[in-house]
Amino acid sequence: MIWPNPAQISGRSLRVWQRNFSIYRQNWKISFVPPLIEPLLYILAFGVGLAVMVGELEYGGEKLTYTNFIAPALVSVAIMHNAFFETTYNSFVRMYYQKTFDALLATPLNLEEIILGEMLWAATKSVIAATLMTCVISLCGFFSFPGSLLLIPLALLGGLFFAALGMICTALVRGIEMFNLPIFLGITPMFLFSGTFFPLQNLPGWAQTLAQFLPLTHLVTLARGCSLHVWSGELWFSLLYLLVATLLLVPLAIALMVRRIVV
Amino acid sequence: MAILKVESLRKNYGSLTAVDGISFSVQPGECFGLLGPNGAGKTTIIRMLYGYTPRDAGQLEVFGLDIDKGLREIKRRIGICQQEDSLDPDLTVRDNLVGYARYFAIPRQEAVRRADELLGFFALQNRAKDKIMVLSGGLKRRLMLARALVNQPELLILDEPTTGLDPQSRQLLWEKLAELKKNGLTILLTTHYMEEAERLCDRLVIIDHGRILVEGKPAALVQEQVGHTVLEIADPDQTLRDFLAQEKCRVEDLGSRLLVYLDHGDELFLKLTSEVRAEGCMLRPAGLEDLFLKLTGRELRE
Repeated sequence: MIWPNPAQISGRSLRVWQRNFSIYRQNWKISFVPPLIEPLLYILAFGVGLAVMVGELEYGGEKLTYTNFIAPALVSVAIMHNAFFETTYNSFVRMYYQKTFDALLATPLNLEEIILGEMLWAATKSVIAATLMTCVISLCGFFSFPGSLLLIPLALLGGLFFAALGMICTALVRGIEMFNLPIFLGITPMFLFSGTFFPLQNLPGWAQTLAQFLPLTHLVTLARGCSLHVWSGELWFSLLYLLVATLLLVPLAIALMVRRIVV
Repeated sequence: MAILKVESLRKNYGSLTAVDGISFSVQPGECFGLLGPNGAGKTTIIRMLYGYTPRDAGQLEVFGLDIDKGLREIKRRIGICQQEDSLDPDLTVRDNLVGYARYFAIPRQEAVRRADELLGFFALQNRAKDKIMVLSGGLKRRLMLARALVNQPELLILDEPTTGLDPQSRQLLWEKLAELKKNGLTILLTTHYMEEAERLCDRLVIIDHGRILVEGKPAALVQEQVGHTVLEIADPDQTLRDFLAQEKCRVEDLGSRLLVYLDHGDELFLKLTSEVRAEGCMLRPAGLEDLFLKLTGRELRE
């Protein structure tokens, strides 16, 4: 495996981003529906239906309603899903079925730039989704400002992390049906056990420790801290985790894709 | 100066040697053919030319630039029409061209102008707004070729451009390629259609098992290696075989069919048809297909 050299990457990566963006723009009305409707559905189901049974809970020394507690997690989950599904299913289709990467390799672009462009695009989708959801949730009055504005750069960072994670899966799977494995062994457990729908303290000790290794745990911690103005030193640790992990995973994803495609 | 220079090119896949020391060069303005049966190594060679597949050994120079140092510059100046369709199904016919121009940093206005020009050249202007999915195989190929020309390349590389097309589409593509060649474009072409090579190629190599078997001008090669004409005889009997054995000629026995390679004249054919039998005997000019089969054998591949 050969690690990408930064000198190989140029602004041409943005051409790949631009390709995906121009196609996204054709269907933006449909793409906008999930991030606008999803938070409303969750707030209705959990906030109205479930919250009465849960009551208030304590988080970081503050008392929160249950809806308040889950709202930032919904944004975090959307960041994860948008990026991960883009660089798994969508990138795989472009690579394997549509031969888009083959076509691009006949132009001045190189594979490193193509893969980076794909990941940047996936992260952009996370940013779009997070921004829309933040608007809806804020209109419902659950988020605090200006802290919630930090969700946008956070979506970029988290999006890039999960894009790289998805791209690594794409580099390793044999066929498209194999994505079920990382989804049901990785993404779904994270969706449930990263402090998303209940505080991690409710879990047994060993599971709490385990949850600290999950990237979504840190994304949720950061999103909750920012959007609800619950500041603590823990946030710096979570930020460091995501930054370091992203800096490692992005080049790793490029290297693994090069290994897969170049023969 | 040669547009393309390939020297001692090699590629192994594990224990399989796909390309085993290939050397050739392509001169400005010529159409050069890489001929060979399926699996001969043609596509591997093409892919090494634009850095898609790394080579194991050998030198590659395009426009006098070493491929290791000038790959980006080389890719900016060549047009590649890959064997498999890689058109963007999410875009319309025109946007496939305009979008592709972006990767070459061609300004949008200029890209639109070139796209319309190419759509006109390939008779695709009425389909400009169609999605790729509704196009036939022939239309897709024309669009692939148009896309390969969007950066106004100095060298056009075509990997089996007419495989799987109907005769109408193939004829049209040949006409267009001949026109491009007439305008001075240098073309490198792989094919296993002899008619295509005969019609388009100024020079060619025949490749098998990753090696060059023969190199030259198609007509001269046929004349030199096969002869002038071929006498084909269906269902030969013993009398006929005896007759041919007395004449000093090159005979290839395929069991139910005999092929006699003749250097000049039709005396043997006249003698055979008048003295032995006329039925099932046919005299035809020798062609590239005879040469190809002679060199690469008649057994099936893959």
